[in-house]
Amino acid sequence: MAEPSKKYIKNKVAFLETKVPGYASLLGIAVILLLWELICRLEWVSPLFLPAPTAILTTGWEMITQGDLLQNVGASLYRIVLGFLLGASVGIAIGLALGFSRWAEAIGSPIVYSLYTIPKIALLPLIVLWLGIGELPKITIIALGVFFPVVINTYSGVKNVDAILIKAAVSFGASHMSVIRKVILPGALPVIFAGLKLAAGTSLLLLVAAEMIAAKQGIGSMVLHYGNLMLTTKLMVGVVVLSLLGLLFNRGLQWLENRLLPWK
Amino acid sequence: MRVVVDGVSKTFRDKKGKEVTALSQIDFAINKEEFVVLVGPSGCGKSTLLNIVGGLLSPTEGGVYFEGLSAKQDDPRLGIVFQEIALFPWRTVIDNIAFGLEEMGVGKKERLEKAKVYLDMVGLTGFEQAYPKQLSGGMRQRAGIARALAIEPDLLLMDEPFSALDAQTRTLMQEELLTIWSRTRLSTLYVTHNISEAVYLADRVVVLSRHPGRIKEIIPIDLPKAGRDSEEFRVPFDDYVKQIWNLIRQEAEDALKEG
Repeated sequence: MAEPSKKYIKNKVAFLETKVPGYASLLGIAVILLLWELICRLEWVSPLFLPAPTAILTTGWEMITQGDLLQNVGASLYRIVLGFLLGASVGIAIGLALGFSRWAEAIGSPIVYSLYTIPKIALLPLIVLWLGIGELPKITIIALGVFFPVVINTYSGVKNVDAILIKAAVSFGASHMSVIRKVILPGALPVIFAGLKLAAGTSLLLLVAAEMIAAKQGIGSMVLHYGNLMLTTKLMVGVVVLSLLGLLFNRGLQWLENRLLPWK
Repeated sequence: MRVVVDGVSKTFRDKKGKEVTALSQIDFAINKEEFVVLVGPSGCGKSTLLNIVGGLLSPTEGGVYFEGLSAKQDDPRLGIVFQEIALFPWRTVIDNIAFGLEEMGVGKKERLEKAKVYLDMVGLTGFEQAYPKQLSGGMRQRAGIARALAIEPDLLLMDEPFSALDAQTRTLMQEELLTIWSRTRLSTLYVTHNISEAVYLADRVVVLSRHPGRIKEIIPIDLPKAGRDSEEFRVPFDDYVKQIWNLIRQEAEDALKEG
């Protein structure tokens, strides 16, 4: 007698849990780099317009060992870190005040929202006029660009803190300062971080813009300088450094977020 | 010590600006080591009343006061267990339990020791460093109860603490609450819409009516505190439940129709 055939039920949604190997995320980038290198090696495009990845790499190394790349990076880092810290800390402080005090909200939020829409680059000539061409105007413009997304996110983060948690804290005897420090700040932190990440992109943009307008040092001025001299490979080194800087910035914030929000 | 709810009324303005009376002339007292349960149909203002006693809402008229507290104590201490549990998600279990002590200015070592005692009492041993998100609903509320107990309150307030839990967990938690209560014997005001829960836990049940919220009747439960759910007391237990249900039934049906 033939054995009755077994019909197993198949998991029809297995595709939702497909496992992907770790190297997959590098695959796309690797293919693009290879194609790029190939196009350059076959001389389909003049290196004046598009230098090969390997050329950029070796030029980059030369600029580090013999040139002033590190000095330029240092100057840029100084400006962006200082500007970011300044803008972020003022933004968080004012955002907390706006969210916590009804008076501060009534007076402050119309001001913030009316200034928020100004593209900060448009203010650059004005700031140069006011503060000259030293470090101060560059740090100021970056701080301004960081301030607005941070202040608005902090404010809305505070508004979104569950009222029952504030009531719970007060019922256990928490003072106003305690409520801000132990409930509102940690409760708003996830939204504040979203603002900080948004601001990281803005700060990089404003850094380059400020350095292109008036600076002797910095990656922005370096890129502009080599562009004018049509030294495309060196220009590309600057672009690559900027993209690495952005990546580093984002990862740094992500690391900090994971450290500060273990409860998420 | 006695907690007196003295002529408390509360009126709200609804969206159309019309005045709605949520509570009208509420008078009762909670004695030392007494467990008082508020029951009533939905919308009778029982949570509103608990919030007023807990100092989270101002009454329109009347007030709530403590009698016979020692003279040197300035403010009565209230431990509130919330329906929404309201643990701070960014604090570990032990730090949540220690929150009230921290705000009282108790030193770090002492408050962690105290918090540990209550953590053990509610059966969360081993979960000191867990975050609320990692716990089940029942365990979260245990932490909520421990947080309220840790400050050794003059009055314990519980606002439908188990209503978000499933029926089985709820039964177990009721039993545990009774065990914990007989160890601490805190004056307690407990709000629920579950009548058997009220009869199971209470020394006295305050039945509220709605529109406006008024005291309909205060029923002392004349049964021993432990073992009320045993076969021996099944008949009187059910009689209490029936008596309260009859008081509430009509209004609960009205509430249902209004949606």
